[in-house]
Amino acid sequence: MIKSWLSSVIGLSSAIGLSGDNALARSFQDPRIRGWLMQAAVLLLVALGIFELVQNTVLNLQKANIASGFGFLENPAGFAINFSLIEYSAQSDFLRAFFVGVLNTLLVAVLGIVLATLIGFSVGIARLSPNWLVARLAGLFIETLRNIPLLLQLFFWYFVVLQLLPSQAESLTPGGGIFLNNRGLFVPRILWEAGTFAPFCAALFASLVLAFFARKKFALEGWKVLAIAALPPLLLLLVLGWPLSLDMPVLEGFGFQGGISLIPEFIALLLALSIYTGAFVAENVRSGVQAVPKGQVEAAKALGLPSGLIMRKIILPQAMRVIVPPLTSQYLNLTKNSSLAVAIAYPDLVLVFANTALSQVGQAVEIIAMTMVVYLLISLGTSLFMNWYNARLALKERGVA
Amino acid sequence: MRNQAPALIFGIVFGALLVYLFLPGAPSGPARDAQDLSKAEQENLAPEAARGGTLRVVRDRGELLCGVSQGLPGFSNPDDKGDWRGIDVDVCRAMAAAIFGDASKVRFRALSAKERFTALQAGEIDVLSRNTTWTLTRDTVLGLDFAGVTYYDGQSFMVRRDLGVSSVLALDRATICANTGTTTELNAADYFRTNGLEFEMVVFEKTDEVIAAYDAGRCEAYTTDASGLYAERLKLKNPDEHIILPEVISKEPLGPAVRQGDDRWADIVRWTLYAMIEAEELGVNSANAQEMKKSDNPAIRRLLGVENSYGQNLGLRGDWAFQIITQVGNYGEIFERNVGKNTPLGIPRGLNALWTKGGLMYAMPVR
Ligand SMILES: N[C@@H](CCC(=O)N[C@@H](CS)C(=O)NCC(=O)O)C(=O)O
Repeated sequence: MIKSWLSSVIGLSSAIGLSGDNALARSFQDPRIRGWLMQAAVLLLVALGIFELVQNTVLNLQKANIASGFGFLENPAGFAINFSLIEYSAQSDFLRAFFVGVLNTLLVAVLGIVLATLIGFSVGIARLSPNWLVARLAGLFIETLRNIPLLLQLFFWYFVVLQLLPSQAESLTPGGGIFLNNRGLFVPRILWEAGTFAPFCAALFASLVLAFFARKKFALEGWKVLAIAALPPLLLLLVLGWPLSLDMPVLEGFGFQGGISLIPEFIALLLALSIYTGAFVAENVRSGVQAVPKGQVEAAKALGLPSGLIMRKIILPQAMRVIVPPLTSQYLNLTKNSSLAVAIAYPDLVLVFANTALSQVGQAVEIIAMTMVVYLLISLGTSLFMNWYNARLALKERGVA
Repeated sequence: MRNQAPALIFGIVFGALLVYLFLPGAPSGPARDAQDLSKAEQENLAPEAARGGTLRVVRDRGELLCGVSQGLPGFSNPDDKGDWRGIDVDVCRAMAAAIFGDASKVRFRALSAKERFTALQAGEIDVLSRNTTWTLTRDTVLGLDFAGVTYYDGQSFMVRRDLGVSSVLALDRATICANTGTTTELNAADYFRTNGLEFEMVVFEKTDEVIAAYDAGRCEAYTTDASGLYAERLKLKNPDEHIILPEVISKEPLGPAVRQGDDRWADIVRWTLYAMIEAEELGVNSANAQEMKKSDNPAIRRLLGVENSYGQNLGLRGDWAFQIITQVGNYGEIFERNVGKNTPLGIPRGLNALWTKGGLMYAMPVR
């Protein structure tokens, strides 16, 4: 039906276009307006298609007596989650469980991206090192890790981490309330006296501003900047009478109490994702560096610059233009790959929401749609940011006028 | 940046449409409210029922598609030749015997706890026979119908013997491993809360991973249906080093489920089950069924299709129950063969004894 309607519209428009020389007909002949019309028609078609699809789905679900709608989000979830950045218990509702999952996914994705970048740049540069052994080791790292499926690496890290680490009673500890065992990593948590945390944050911000001025206005470098930056928070803490205490993790019965705990699933997932992606980033970095014309390095050497400085100030800034676009897709891959978390019980969005919640309420369409929208938004956000960054790096032609 | 715009617009349009259409209480499109469906569409309400039902579809296909677990000894587990064995498997075999007169006309599909309901809803299987607990939610909003109970179970906990724990109540602050998408997760949360205990839950989709994590010391306890614990314990490195704690914290009536809306198909599953229980009650088994046809007990004659044609009332062959019993066995035989005293699981009948012997197994009268 829609097809015949469309062809009649097209037929009509061309008929008008052929027959008359009135304004309407002329506007149809204008390729720009015609283009817009076609775009609008396609958009309408797509919207209609989606509308039909969704409507049909709802109808079919009703026929099969399967509940539909988002009402379930207000019901108590009923299941526990062992790693959460926000307050959550089994009595919380499904919406909160959803956010626990979103935040856990974001956490591992953001940290994974940072780590993968660090690993990737170090290994990528090491790959080009004049030192034979360093270059070969970096090459081995890259070739091995890129060519083993991520899921296998994930299981490897998870079960290796679990098997190697001692039980809680025999925790590895460097002292200072830090413990590592097969239940995870436990570190002390800083407790702030009421109302002192916000001023501290303000002081940190002041540090940043100070450091900026120290460098830009007074051309200070290194430890002098650090010392100046450390002043505001230190002064504040002294004035307030040192308002912080440490909440130490202690083993009580079967588990550690207090402190901050990072479960082994999180550690294994973060390791696997950042090392695997790091290997790909390393290759991007290598090709980026190699794309910088040799003359640049030779010129820098001729000026007597030390090699570290050449890398930082001459090579990398130019290499970045080649590195950033493929880097973006590595970041996107890492985020999407984080959904493999489900295999090793890290409660990310897929495990908490698309698995557990889905099987408890059975509303596959709504739950999978919500999950997809989250990944879509994270990916679009990452791309937008990286494209902005890329545009900033682009060669700026000086106005020659 | 510009090339992101279409995707962004698409995402927003798609998301907005979804939200609008699924808003609680929103009609599913103005002209398409459930009340004013056209007649044609109403007839279409249960598509399978209109086409002569699941039974017709199964007959035309020539085999039954049966959803089972990914490997739970005693319930549904492939043996060393790759043939499926277990109570849940035998329920499907019995259905095939009743429908085709041939217990081998079944194809099994291994499903994780998480996949099982979607597979049934989507029509990938005709019946779900996968140690699945009958609950109100599953019976209503999931669009399923439970046809009966094949095994009365309850949830328990397994721990290492050297943990020195003899009660679940001693597991305060312990870490517990379990399968995701199960009643197990929910019961554990309830139980620890009502007893004022703290705990940490680690959940995996696949049982093999739960077991591996438990074996690697990730958790103090593994919890699932007691029958499942007995079965999974066999897979551990040293089964003797693990004990099952005495508490049973929930009711887990396990039974086969079908899609809602095809009552005749649900009847076939239900009466297949009853026929097996009734046969045990009447003392009819796979060895003596032929002989029993000569019995003058009217109940036996009815069951074996010597008198009356109950099979036809179900849309099946007249000797449906006879085929079930001779090819698969009565309930007691199935129980003993798969999980009973002489199997590695060695589970006593307990709640699963006949009602006449102090258990809960009770078939509605075949008449
Ligand atoms: N009866 C419970 C639990 C069912 C369940 O999934 N149990 C696990 C552990 S016994 C299982 O079937 N594992 C075998 C598999 O993964 O296929 C339910 O219906 O939710």
